[in-house]
Formats: sequence, structure tokens, C-alpha cells
Amino acid sequence: MEKRVVFNNRVLPYLLLTPQLAVTLVFFIWPAVQALKQSVLLEDPFGLSSQFVWFDNFIALAEDPLYLESLYITAFFSGAVALLALTSALYLAIQADRVIRGATLYKTMLIWPYAIAPAVAGILWLLLFNPTMGLLPYALGAMGYTWNHYTNGGQAQFLVILAAAWRQVSYNFIFFLAGLQAIPKSLIEAAAIDGAGPARRFWTVVFPLLAPTTFFLIVINIIYAFFDTFGVIHAITQGGPAGATNILVYKVFNDGFIGLDLGGSAAQSVVLMVIVIALTVIQFRYIERRVHY
Amino acid sequence: MVENRPWLTWLTHAVLVIGVLVVAFPIYVTFVASTHALFDLVQVPMPLWPGDKFVDNYLQALTAGLGEGSGTQAIGAARMLFNSLVMALGIAVGKIAISIIAAFAIVYFRFPFRMTAFWLIFITLMLPVEVRILPTYKVVADLGLLDTYAGLIVPLIASATATFMFRQVFLAIPDELTEAARIDGAGPMRFFFDIVLPLSRTNIAALFVILFIYGWNQYLWPLIITTDQSMLTIIIAIQRMLAVGDDQAEWQIVMATAMLAMLPPVVVVVTMQRLFVKGLTGTEK
Repeated sequence: MEKRVVFNNRVLPYLLLTPQLAVTLVFFIWPAVQALKQSVLLEDPFGLSSQFVWFDNFIALAEDPLYLESLYITAFFSGAVALLALTSALYLAIQADRVIRGATLYKTMLIWPYAIAPAVAGILWLLLFNPTMGLLPYALGAMGYTWNHYTNGGQAQFLVILAAAWRQVSYNFIFFLAGLQAIPKSLIEAAAIDGAGPARRFWTVVFPLLAPTTFFLIVINIIYAFFDTFGVIHAITQGGPAGATNILVYKVFNDGFIGLDLGGSAAQSVVLMVIVIALTVIQFRYIERRVHY
Repeated sequence: MVENRPWLTWLTHAVLVIGVLVVAFPIYVTFVASTHALFDLVQVPMPLWPGDKFVDNYLQALTAGLGEGSGTQAIGAARMLFNSLVMALGIAVGKIAISIIAAFAIVYFRFPFRMTAFWLIFITLMLPVEVRILPTYKVVADLGLLDTYAGLIVPLIASATATFMFRQVFLAIPDELTEAARIDGAGPMRFFFDIVLPLSRTNIAALFVILFIYGWNQYLWPLIITTDQSMLTIIIAIQRMLAVGDDQAEWQIVMATAMLAMLPPVVVVVTMQRLFVKGLTGTEK
């Protein structure tokens, strides 16, 4: 879509675009190009000498069992966060769409965790699950189950998934509720007159109409789990124990800033870049479809 | 609801109440923890009712939450709340300002390289900090912006989503208004300030709410570019307070700081809920 009526000025549009483009070039494009460049170089940690090594850094990554494990952990983590956050949000949104009394209050009470930073959400759950003083390990202990996410990798994964999903539920809830409220009531009433019960109405009428929202949210949730959960991991487990929660984004940070492996970290950055580009393309292609839906 | 089934209504309310409780429980426990002395807190099980150390803990968190280290002075959450506020406001205002003029240029002018500019802005969507973390750090270090507010704010203010949102808003402004303005002899900037800005007011407000929360909750970026204790944001400070090695972390102070860190964005979301939902569903779609 384009404007028919425009202004004529040779200089002004460039002036208006300058701030945005300057920030984009200096802090986005240039560093990204540097990352691409470094990913094919072998550099010593002090940056004194470097050598062109073609795709050796990527080959090293592909052969690194730690990286492959991190890739697997990230896939599992994102899948679990998205599944948990989406299903619980959808369930709550269906209930909230149904109530008449107190709907606004429930909505407010369910929305606000979105305002809490992922790292702070991590700290809250860390307190609840602290092996020595937390309430839940105490309750679990009373049932004969020992909780210590500092030594048990599976428990650590469970904890970061829970903390990451907890915050995302509000976001999904807002979108599901908006999606549900946009479904014409006449469709549901027509299905009811035809004798469809609540479950059948949900699966044959509501859920298909909600599919665009669901698909959009799946992409957004995966992006969230990939990138925005850095704070959760850094605050709760720091990638441990023994790399059980070392997701890709955390590994890039750890290898680059703490391990000072510049080439390897840059190669990991490039892999992440490819993942974001793929996700963004999916997201935008889908939005294109949604407009014509 | 189509059928009238009272038990189903009760069930619905029960599910929602449980949902609300699950969502609120961690916050409640945090609040309780922030009102006890450490000694009471490490008792097993930890207390479930607020204690009497509310004033003491919050005072300590505000004035000296991050204790003295080697060569560093004790520093309180008050300073970090201020840092976070500067960062959040800077990011929100900066993003809106540069995006709205960029969108104005793209929608209301025809000029060479217009689509190039559009695509350059679009690319930023695909380059979150996480994928270019080391080189960006190096650029900021070379510019001498480590441990400064400019370093915290400027690298984050490029925004494709905000630019696209304003583009949508501008495309919906009727052409007749532009024609009328031009007939009346208004230049582009006059038109921008007198017509475009007032018409985009609600969108700006909605975007501001979202971006304030985005800025306040930043984590990776402030983590890597601030080393000076007095430049930490509140979110980073909490993590710093917990990383005490083998010492017993002062959980009551950490939790008081966490409450303080949550308060501003939560107040913003709850009081401006309508704008928040509008901003969220408007920018992401």
C-alpha cells in the first residue's frame, strides 16, 4: 500500500531517516558483518593475529559433542516452554472467555506477570525451589522425593522450563483471549443448535478459527524460548549442572565472554542468526496469509 | 456460554482462581521472604506469613543492598532503580522518536533508496543482541560507551517493529488531510507536528507502555556493558547479589530488591492495562 499524496523534498526524508539508519548500521549491520567475518577466522584470544580458516569453525562446531548437546537441549527446552505456556494459557483463556462476572479482574490478575523480567521470574522460582530453604523441596521431601537442582540435571531443566513458561503464559493468554472474543457467537450457537456439545464445539468450531493465533504464538514462543530466556538461565542455573541447561544463547555468551573463543563464538552467532532469519521469515509469511484470512 | 449449567460456571471460576493463585504464589512467597530476618527465613519450612522486618529490609535494600566488595563501596537499590528508569525511559522515548520520523519519511516521501532504507530497518528484526553479542560489545567499547547511559540506551533504540507500526498508522490517515494541509500551505514538518502526531497519540502511548517494560527488563545487554557497580540496572543487581559463592546469600534483601524491581513495570501494566493490551496486540501482529 502506498500513499497517493506525498511531499516533495530532496533532503528532508534522508535527514528524518538518519538517526534510525545510523543506529542500525553502527550497532546492527556492522557487528553482524564482523560476526560473519570472525566466523571464518581463527584468532588468538588477544586479537593479535588471525588466520583465514574457511569453514573450520563450523566444522568444529558440528563435531563438538557439547555443541550438539546444547542444540538438543535448546530444542527440548523451547518445545517444552512453548507447549506448557501455550496449553495453560489456552485453557485459562477459554475459561476467562466463558465467565461473565469478574472477567476484568481475572484478566488483570493473569496479565501482570508479563511485566516481570525473565531474570526476576527466575529468582522467584529459585526461592521456591531452593533445596535448603524452599517450600516446594520441603513439600517434596515430605513425600520422600529429594529435590536438588544444583546436582540433578533433569530437575534443573524442569525448573528453568517452569520459570520461563510461567512468565510467557500471560502473553499467550492476552492473544488467545483476544482471538476467542473475535469468534462470532452466532457460529457457536449454530453448532449448539445442531446438537454439538461443548467439547465438540471447541474442536470443530473454536479451535480451527483460533489456528492463526495459535500458529503465530508458537513462532513467538519459540523465539522467546530461544533468546529471551537468557536471563532465566543466567539467574537460576548458569547453564549447569554439567551443561544440562546450557542453551545455545547461553553458550554463545559463555564461550565468547568467559571462554574467549572468538572464532567459535562467532560461528555459533552465525548459526543463531540463521535460526532467527528462518523464524522471522516463517512469521512474516504467515502474517501475510493472516491478512487475507 | 450457550447452555446454562450452574456447575460449569462454578468449575470455570474454580479453574480461574487456581490459575490466578499459581500465577501469584511465587510473588506472594517473595513478598513474605522480604519481610523476615535471614535467620527466620532459613528455618525449614520457611514462614508463610509476612514478618516484622519489612521496614528494615527495604531500607537496607534501598541504601546498601549490594554490599562492600574489594575496592567497591556498598550501594543501594535506589541508585539502580534510577539507572533502570533512565534506561527504560531512554529506550522508550528514543525508539519512538527515531521510528516515528523514519516511518514518516518512508510513507510521505518518494526518494531514491527508499526501499533500501526500508529493508535495512527490516533486517534489524533478524539481528537480536544475542546473535552479534561480541562484535557489538567491541563497537561500544571502541566508542568509549561502556558504563555509560548512552551505551545502555543507544544500541537498543533501532526498532523495526515500531517503524512498521507507525507506517501502518500513517497509511490509515486519509489522504484528504494531507491534501488539505498542502492547500493551506503547510510544509511536511508542519503537517507532521500538527496532524500526524496528534492522530498517532494513542498509538504512541500504547507503544510507550510496551517499550518501557522492554527497556526495564533488559538483561543481557546491561550485563555485558556495565562493570561499574554504580551503573548496574536493578535486574542485574539482583543477580549480582545472589552470586556470593559459598557465603549465605542475604535472601531477605535479595527478595526486597526483587519486589522493588518488579514494582514499576507491574504498576505500569496494571494501571495502563488497556493501552498495554493494545500496544501488545498492535505491534506484534
